[in-house]
Amino acid sequence: MTTVDDRPATPPAAAPRRRVNPVLALLRNSWRQLTSMRTALILLFLLAVAAIPGSVLPQRGVNPEKVNQYFVDHPDLAPKLDRIGAFAVFGSIWFSAIYLLLFTSLVGCILPRLRDHLRALRSRPPAAPKRLDRLPQHAVLEAPAAADPAAIAAVLRRRRWRVEVRGNEVSAEKGYLKETGNLLFHTSLVAVLLGVALGSWYGWHGNRLLVAGAENAFCNTRQQYSEASLGPRVDSSDLPPFCLTLDDFHAKFLPSGQPASFRATVTVDEPDGSKRTADFSVNSPLRLGSANVYLLGHGYAPILKYTDRYGRSQTSTVPFLTTGDVGLTGEGLAAFPDANVDPKTGKRAADQQVAFDGLYLPTAPDTGPFVTSKFPEERNPAVVLVAYRGNLGLDAGIPGSVYKLDQRQVDNGKLKQLGDQKLGVGEKWTLDDGSTLEFLGTKPYVTLSVRYAPGQALLLGACVVLLAGLMGSLFGRRRRVWFRVTPPDDGSPTSGSSLVEAGGLPRTEHPGFADEFAQLVAAVRADERTREGVE
Amino acid sequence: MSALSDQLVTFAILAYLVAMISHAVEYALGNARAVPAAAPSRELVGAGVGGAGGTVEAPAAPVQNRAGRSAQRALVAGRIAGWVTALAAALHLGALVTRGVAAERMPWGNMYEFVLTVTFIGTAAWLAVLWKRPALRRLGLFLTLVMVLLLAFAELKLYVQVTPLMPALQSYWFVIHVSTIVFASGIFLLGVVPAAAYLMRAGWEQGRRSFPYTLARRLPAAAGLERMTFALHAFAFPIFTFAVIAGAIWAEAAWGRAWGWDPKETWAFISWVVYAGYLHARATPSIKRNVATWIAVLGFLTMLMNLFGVNFFFTGLHSYAGVS
Ligand code: HEM
Repeated sequence: MTTVDDRPATPPAAAPRRRVNPVLALLRNSWRQLTSMRTALILLFLLAVAAIPGSVLPQRGVNPEKVNQYFVDHPDLAPKLDRIGAFAVFGSIWFSAIYLLLFTSLVGCILPRLRDHLRALRSRPPAAPKRLDRLPQHAVLEAPAAADPAAIAAVLRRRRWRVEVRGNEVSAEKGYLKETGNLLFHTSLVAVLLGVALGSWYGWHGNRLLVAGAENAFCNTRQQYSEASLGPRVDSSDLPPFCLTLDDFHAKFLPSGQPASFRATVTVDEPDGSKRTADFSVNSPLRLGSANVYLLGHGYAPILKYTDRYGRSQTSTVPFLTTGDVGLTGEGLAAFPDANVDPKTGKRAADQQVAFDGLYLPTAPDTGPFVTSKFPEERNPAVVLVAYRGNLGLDAGIPGSVYKLDQRQVDNGKLKQLGDQKLGVGEKWTLDDGSTLEFLGTKPYVTLSVRYAPGQALLLGACVVLLAGLMGSLFGRRRRVWFRVTPPDDGSPTSGSSLVEAGGLPRTEHPGFADEFAQLVAAVRADERTREGVE
Repeated sequence: MSALSDQLVTFAILAYLVAMISHAVEYALGNARAVPAAAPSRELVGAGVGGAGGTVEAPAAPVQNRAGRSAQRALVAGRIAGWVTALAAALHLGALVTRGVAAERMPWGNMYEFVLTVTFIGTAAWLAVLWKRPALRRLGLFLTLVMVLLLAFAELKLYVQVTPLMPALQSYWFVIHVSTIVFASGIFLLGVVPAAAYLMRAGWEQGRRSFPYTLARRLPAAAGLERMTFALHAFAFPIFTFAVIAGAIWAEAAWGRAWGWDPKETWAFISWVVYAGYLHARATPSIKRNVATWIAVLGFLTMLMNLFGVNFFFTGLHSYAGVS
């Protein structure tokens, strides 16, 4: 751990004093500062701190409705926060600045270390220091007559040390994995960033609601999504032209109402014209070649048939959006802007438009109030609706939500409330003008997210390397050992014994080094013994 | 089965409480100078970490003087504490297993179960450390204290009935993600014990004699505590990293995006960055070890924030929080 230099922020004092261009000096100095460990640490810290508002304040990318709510709740503060990007922290200038600086620092840190490491990998283990007994580990062993440095080297090589024999000395080194791992780890961080960048530049996604039935099929175009976002390098025309039809949707629930499993069955029309059916679910998305389709939610779309005062009827299948309760109570609006067109004149009466606003309860309680469904399955389906007649305000040019009644029209009296009614399946409600509303049943709907995110493979690969590198870096241990063979004193190679001196130096913190060294010495000794036996 | 699990949790808390009291007795009785190097063989075992004073195991022969007797009693109390902790861990494990059997799944479905598992991992890892390094036993006082607090909190504030998993959680990546997060959290939890102990002990060794430092009078030597802190964090960090990656893989399948800066993801990111900062700080010679250790403590605070704060204050996609 301690062997990595804290790159000094100032150049070494011993450097020869030459006249340097002050701008260059400043640049070089700044670069040194930026690539120091201390700066990396500070930037890491800043990154952590900068992420906090991203969890405290609602974020557009995560929860846009909450951001809107925040604007309503804090009308003064919200615009100010918005100006500094507080509702999109992770794309804000300051957050980007921090991580870009950090990654610049990272690259500036990796490159010189990579060069040094490659050099170290190619260089040979260094010669033994003069006094092996000054090293943290030291041992002396008696060896048979002709202790052979080559034999010692062989023992070390068998234990996967890098060995260099110089005369009667053996130098060995091990644990390059540490630095290799560390470099791999830091490099893969850059790859992760690249993967993320690729995904956001070339990726796209769209969300929409899809009601069951062939007449409700959708094709993958920008307009078909209620919410979509395309990366800066993607054009609407780049979206692959596939179509989806929801054939069926199954949900299983526990007695408590908690969902147990979901399954959506769809027909896919591939861009090449082929057709196939496929099932998908919450944890197993539909993986088309060109995009993935994820199941986010589901609900019911009541089928409502309105017969106007002239006897002409229209049927509408309206998805009622779930309100978030266990019983899957839905909220929705069925609007009939073309109702009550006089068949004689063919004129549309702007004040004769009709809408029904209210709730859908898959399992309505036996007695009122009919406000929440008891169970998410359709055991006693009912709609509870309020009827309105008048001007819906759809033509006023103000974009209104199809799922919500324009409350302003009610407030200014242009839209009149006609009373409310609970309808079971097949029941009919006759309004004051003789027109009727019939509740025919429901169709399931699903909410989908369709996504294309290139760079995922790169991300996954980078993560694998990152982990492997991290392990190598954290658990690798660089260390050196030396053996010096001193020939027998009397100069006669056949009598007396030679002396083998060993020394060991852990180059990083290594609690187990003493044991390893002892084992190594024992192995060398054992090897000498067996060779003696052979001779 | 589920009722049995609840009872086992209560018993485990009681057992931790007893262990904590025994540790406290040991602490109160223990006299640092009473048994200097009396048992060299044991001392050797602990040499890597302990060493300086007060943590030595029993001398074989009875000690005559009063200080010796009290040390003897302290030792007995300490041993009892160790065994009772083991008993508590067994009850704790029993509670987890029965809960899992009752729910017919891994017991990591909600925050209550999550805390139950994290604390168990912490204890199990502690017992392993204790086995290898008996000299560190006195840290048990802090560990059992943490266990009692966390488990009591879980029991009182987080308890929920057994329910099966939501469909979004029915994925083997989820099992991998949560088990590794739980495991890493347990080790981080254990790691904060020597970290805090080190901070106090280092102050004590520098001659500080005010309140929190006096607690460290009978703790093992600072350098050993610091090494243990690092070893635990270095062990937990890659597991945590893996867990976060597994979470991203699962999130991709479940929600269509690997990373979406949901509050829980954001705090996992923060914890990860802070722990990376700790490893950096420790590898930088010019940064003092106690500064580095503070970063580790900070890292754990961010983990706690993620576990408790995020579930209570923010709502995100991580629906399994299970507190209403
Ligand atoms: C993107 C942000 C970064 C992250 C998340 C990160 C993470 C880490 C982690 C987790 C370690 C621990 C592994 C180990 O101990 O060997 C580490 C080690 C290291 N990092 Fe970084 N790092 C980042 C940026 C940098 C930068 C900018 C530098 C250069 C100034 C740097 C230099 C080092 C060095 C030299 C070590 C080895 C320390 C040792 O001897 O163990 N890192 N880094």
